[in-house]
Amino acid sequence: MSLHALTIHELRRKLHTGEVSARQVTQSVLDRIAAVDSKVKGYLWLNAADALAQADAIDRSGAARNGKALAGVPVAIKDVINVAGQPCTCASKILQGYVSPYDAFVTKRLREAGAVLLGRTNMDEFAMGSSTENSSWGTTRNPWDLERIPGGSSGGSAAVVAADEAIAALGSDTGGSIRQPASLCGCVGLKPTYGLVSRFGLVAFASSLDQIGPFTKDVTDAAILLNVIAGHDAQDSTSVPRAVPDYTAVLGKDIKGLRIGLPKEYFIPGMDREVEACVRAAVAALAKRGAEIVEVSLPHTEYAVAVYYLIATAEASANLARFDGVRYGLRVRGEDVIDTYGKTRGQGFGPEVKRRIMLGTYALSAGYYDAYYVRAQKVRTLIRRDFEAAFKKCDVIATPTSPEVAFKAGEKSGDPLKMYLSDIFTISCNLAGNCGISVPCGFVRGLPVGLQILGDAFAEEKVLQVARAYEQVTNWYKERPRI
Amino acid sequence: MPEMNIDHVAHLARIELTDAEKQKIAAQLKDILAYVEKLNQLDVTGVEPTAHATPLHNVLRPDEAKPSGIDREQFLRNAPEHARDLFIMPKIVE
Repeated sequence: MSLHALTIHELRRKLHTGEVSARQVTQSVLDRIAAVDSKVKGYLWLNAADALAQADAIDRSGAARNGKALAGVPVAIKDVINVAGQPCTCASKILQGYVSPYDAFVTKRLREAGAVLLGRTNMDEFAMGSSTENSSWGTTRNPWDLERIPGGSSGGSAAVVAADEAIAALGSDTGGSIRQPASLCGCVGLKPTYGLVSRFGLVAFASSLDQIGPFTKDVTDAAILLNVIAGHDAQDSTSVPRAVPDYTAVLGKDIKGLRIGLPKEYFIPGMDREVEACVRAAVAALAKRGAEIVEVSLPHTEYAVAVYYLIATAEASANLARFDGVRYGLRVRGEDVIDTYGKTRGQGFGPEVKRRIMLGTYALSAGYYDAYYVRAQKVRTLIRRDFEAAFKKCDVIATPTSPEVAFKAGEKSGDPLKMYLSDIFTISCNLAGNCGISVPCGFVRGLPVGLQILGDAFAEEKVLQVARAYEQVTNWYKERPRI
Repeated sequence: MPEMNIDHVAHLARIELTDAEKQKIAAQLKDILAYVEKLNQLDVTGVEPTAHATPLHNVLRPDEAKPSGIDREQFLRNAPEHARDLFIMPKIVE
């Protein structure tokens, strides 16, 4: 089997014993990218010479023999996370030409662990979207069917992992932007609990919802990568100071007697029946391993999309105010400074970003603040309480990640509301601040389906334990697209 | 539901929109705002708003200046216009 097709834990064994070098692994991944990325279009920026130089430095340092967690493992990074010396455009014209002066916290952690930072992956502009069609630099394709989208907003990261163009990748998840593309591309995607992974160096979209997390080929790799990126950081005031366990320690642990909640609100009319069947079969497989299945209710689920699109856009309208053509990025000169702001932002932002800034600005504006923004925050409380009540009855919750498989490019791009509703099963987790993972659980019409396992805040160990237990009885996660 | 004054909101957001964009965005936001009306079905009397999900409050650190370890030039290089260690921007006051 080619090196690029292996997982982190498979490669680690070879790298640590010196059977292969970081350069060989990196070269294998670069060859794979050269062979397929013209079809997948997952990368926005790649510097092969720089990647090989990093690999050589790792080989010289002996980091692999010393057992560093990611020594010699090529990792791709979503274009919203800063890597010093590499571009960071958030797939937006307004940041064309921007080069990061510093490393994000997670980037620093990856470097310390010996990872090779391969390049930048495509995304919806400023992480706003569910298909990667909102990128200013073109749409990424789903490796399982190149006419279809990979999901979003971290579509590039999901697609390159699924297509073996990276051993693993990082993305960000504000309303499902890791889990939904992982589901649609057939890889593993984990959204950590809010506050577990530092957001320092992640370009902010909606600060109370954003989290960075891993895309991997299996659950073991997700735990390995989480071990590297989790932990307190004084540079992020929402980073929670608490001890981080070894997330790999729970893998393989028996799930006998563990209670898995099935929320009736997540199995709804209108969702793809075959997707539902895959997810129910996955739950049955977990029951067969001794888990206890209990029915739970998350009664405010139907309000989550409305809450999300008020809160996330309101926060975005404030966060994106910094893109004004003064300190970085595009500047379009106007008659005066206000005119310059308007022209710069009018020409620099794409349609979805403008739409969301407009919605968020409106929701925060005088006379509407209480009716929209504050009411949404109150309903957010009700959604959190739903989860608190549910987690008294169960250890984790199992649901479909997405109500459907990957759709065709262009199918929803004319109707923003329809696109927003594709996040219906992932959004509540961000609003509540909890964690969740998507793992492959079958195929419908040749396209991957994801099982979502949701956990309470800081219950990553339980989520990973159940996800790994599921992998042990199925082989869906081993399927790879033929491109 | 009140009609949105698209020009006013665009001005607040500091985004210059073309007439075609205004028409399109106004129509789309109308649909979205009609959808979020469903939040009015709920009684939220006495419910505290959630601004963020962490249990942290007032995270403080000593107010000390520290070097960032990053060369100033690297920040300035990303600016559309800079000179003498400063960002150059359009005139604000006459």
